[in-house]
This record gives sequence, C-alpha cells and structure tokens, in this order.
Amino acid sequence: MTDLQHTQRHPWLAKVFGYGLLGFVRLLTGAQARWYGSPPKAEQRIYFANHQSHADLVMIWAALPEELRSITRPIAARDYWTKSDFKRWITTAVFNAVYVDRERQGDEDPLQPLIDALQSGDSLIIFPEGTRGHAAEPQAFKAGLYNLALRFPDVVLVPAWIANVQRVMPKGEVVPVPVLCSVTFGAPIRLEPGEERRAFLDRARAAVIALRDV
Amino acid sequence: MISFIRNLSADQQVTALFLLVFGVLTLATGVLVALSLRERGDGSPDGTDHLMHARVLLRHSWFMTLVFWFAWALGETAATVLFAFVSFFALREFMTLSPTRRGDHRALVLAFFVVLPVQYWLVGARYFNLFTVFIPVYVFLLLPVLSALGNDPQGFLERSAKMQWGIMVCVYGLSHVPALMLLHFGGWQGRNAFLVFFLAMVVQTCMLVQHLVNRHRPGRPVAPHVSASFAWTSWLAGLAAGGALGVLLSGITPFAPGQALAMALIACVAGSLGHLVMKALKRDRGVTNWGPRTASVTGSAGLLDRVDALCFAAPVFFHSVRWYFGL
Repeated sequence: MTDLQHTQRHPWLAKVFGYGLLGFVRLLTGAQARWYGSPPKAEQRIYFANHQSHADLVMIWAALPEELRSITRPIAARDYWTKSDFKRWITTAVFNAVYVDRERQGDEDPLQPLIDALQSGDSLIIFPEGTRGHAAEPQAFKAGLYNLALRFPDVVLVPAWIANVQRVMPKGEVVPVPVLCSVTFGAPIRLEPGEERRAFLDRARAAVIALRDV
Repeated sequence: MISFIRNLSADQQVTALFLLVFGVLTLATGVLVALSLRERGDGSPDGTDHLMHARVLLRHSWFMTLVFWFAWALGETAATVLFAFVSFFALREFMTLSPTRRGDHRALVLAFFVVLPVQYWLVGARYFNLFTVFIPVYVFLLLPVLSALGNDPQGFLERSAKMQWGIMVCVYGLSHVPALMLLHFGGWQGRNAFLVFFLAMVVQTCMLVQHLVNRHRPGRPVAPHVSASFAWTSWLAGLAAGGALGVLLSGITPFAPGQALAMALIACVAGSLGHLVMKALKRDRGVTNWGPRTASVTGSAGLLDRVDALCFAAPVFFHSVRWYFGL
C-alpha cells in the first residue's frame, strides 16, 4: 500500500522521473521506433515482442510516441519488479505496468490481471516467451497470447522486434553502455477462425522474427 | 573594404564570417527550394535524385555550421563540452555496428564514461602533451586488459582492435578540433575560431569538389569494392580546390600563403583518405551509413558520416601546426 500512497502524494515526481528516464534512455540508445506495416495509432492493441533483457520493457515504453505511451501498459514479472520499493514504485507510478506471476499461484488464472486491463480499454505490451531468452531466436511462445486473442477478437495484435538491448546491459552488469537500439513494429496479425493454438503461436513468433531483418 | 575588416575587433570579424556563411547557406537553401518547386512539373527521376543529394549535402552543411557557431558563441569550455557530445554520439554509432561480446562490457563502459571525459578534460585543461598520448599509449593497453579479464578469448584481437579504432577515430581524432581553439599563437589571440573554420572549410570544399567532379566526369574507381566514387583524377581535383581555398583564406589565419597551401593540402589528404577508410569499414559491415537503421532508407546519414573526414584531418592538422610553429 505504501507505493500507492507515494504515487498519490507525488504524482509530479513520477512525471519528472519519467521524463528524466526517457531522456536518459534516448541518450544511451536512441530508442528509435520503426513502424513497418502498422502506423502508431491510438487503437486498443496488444504489442508482443521478443524478450532478452529486463530493459526490454523500458525500451518499448520509450520508443512509443507519448500519446500511445499513456494508454499502453507493459507487463512486468511480479517477482522481479516488486523486489525493492524503488522497482515497485517505478513499475506502478512511471510505467503503469500490469503485474503477472511467472509461477502459477493457486487457482487464480495468471492472465486475470491482463484481462482486467484489456476490459478497461488499455493496450498491453507482452513478451509471450514468458522468460528472457539468450539465443539469437526467441523461444517458443506460450499460450497467453492465444488465449487473449481468442477472448478479445477486436484488439489489434502488433508484433515487435526489439534489437540490441541485451548489448546495452548484459545480465549481471550494473552500468549500461551506449548502443543504438530500435523497436520495429510490424503488420498486425489476427487469429483466423478455427485456427489451432500451436499454429497461431508459431505464426506469431515467425511474425516477430521476420521483423529482425526489415 | 579590406582595411575596414582589418580594423574590426577579433569578435566582430568572427561574427562577420558567420554572417557570411549563414548568408550563403540561406541563399543555397532558397535556390534549392525554388528548384524543387520547378522540379515537380516534369518529375524526371534523375533530376529528383540529384536534388535529393544536394539537399542532404546542404543539411550537413547547415548542421556543421550551426555546431561550429554554437561552439564559438558559447566560449572555449562550452565548445569542448559540445565536441565531447559529438564524440559520444559518433562513438555510439561506431560501437553499434561493431559487434562486441559480453566480455567487452567493462571495457566499453570505461571507453564511454572514463576515457572520453578524461580526453576532453585534458583538452580543456591544455595538457597538450598528455592529451596526444593518453589514448594511443595508455588506453591502448588498458582496454584489452579489461577485455581479457572478461575471460572470453573468442575473436579477441578483432574485438580489441575495433574498440581501439572506434576510440581513436571518434574520441581522439575529434578532440583535436576543440584543441585547435586552445592553441596560443603569439599576437594572434581571439581568432582561433578562424583556424577551425579554415580546417573545416578546406576539408569540406575538397570533399565537395571531389564529389562533383566525379559526378560529372566519372573516373576509373581505384578501389571499386570499397568506394565506387573514389578516383585519382577527382581526388586530385579536390585537393587542388582545397589548396586553392586555403591560399585564399590565408588572410584570416596566422599562416603566410605558402604555409596555408601546405597546411590545407595536409588537411585535405588526411580528410579525404580518412573518409575512404571509413567507407571500407562501412562496406565491411554491409551498411551505407552509420547511424540509426532507417538512415539508409531515408537518405539521411548518421553523425559519424558527417564528421569522419574531420576526425582524420584534425589530428594531422593540429600536429602539423604545433610542430611547424613550435607551439
């Protein structure tokens, strides 16, 4: 509850910190957004991207134009992003993130927080691999994307490829290195009527990988 | 007219110079806008391509002039800081296209956040002896040590060479531009901006003439796999133009006309050949431009494309001046 009180007491602090962070990320990486196949448009969307670093979330947040940033909520792994008060504050007050549990907790549907967010009209950023990959290609996608697509057929599904972020701050390092990074947004895909779960997830993964060489 | 200009103070002379350059750029932009309005009528692809190229060239010129104007208007310290930022962005572009590995992370952190600021601090504090050897001698050893401690031998020589190269070009080379502003010539105070102007104008003219000559009379490319546009005839034409401009500009420098010719030629040779070397690096990485990935599509280039000739010309020019005049 303390972080919520913080947020409410100092909304300007989150704002100022957000702008500072944005400037910092742009100085280090350029945070370039490349729109190939879908314009930056304020419709309800699910952006799904490859995942190599915790900084992916910051990267895609910084690459979105301001109007979209305010209506788009990233997904943050609860165990990592609530570890310290600062991480908790930055995900709630600055990124307005939705927490998910990477491990299933009891009977609750792990997708429930995402469903709530989509029902209230927000756009989402998700990493369907579920965990950070270290290979050149993303791992197989988990079923969450399919379940959301099935449940919200009107939400536009936009693939995104995040390039170079793992070079900025490899696992275990503290100081980031300046390297140009970009987020490439591709043409939306949709769940075809009667499409199998596995087939759809593979198609979604291929759409993300295809953006690597655009 | 000449005596009127001579009687102005140093500051007024530099201001007049910038007014002149901005006037020429405004005129060129006006002409280009007029041409592009007319061009829309017939829409021949060759013409628009030509205009596009001129537009890119003009945008670079505006950018560089503005950088130099800010540098001069804000004073020596601000100029040094400004060029430190130019170095930072250039090095960022260089490192983006030079694949490094996990083990190089510490070395990269050192390069960006220690070596770069220290080099510019040495410039600002006028420790010219240390500043000329800091990167080629001390950093040359220090960076591979950090990479070796990263415990990853794969491609080690190549990785260390890339890092050293990036720092030499983007930090060491470029830091000589603000250093020019800090040289002390006896009886020639307050006009060091002219020296930077001289260098930039001479090198830029050489590159421009080389480009134009090759466009209208394409020579046989010397190294077609590296650059389709580098030919000896156009290169010599560029040098001649740069040298001639150097003589014309000798009045605003501490050089006699003969000295100005020699200095201009040295700067032009270093700058144009350096540009060729950078082209080879870009070809190796399979890109046409440094900078963000959309650059090659839109035709605009990265920062490093704009300053690479200067990165090579500045240190050679600086040392020639210091050595010849015994400063």
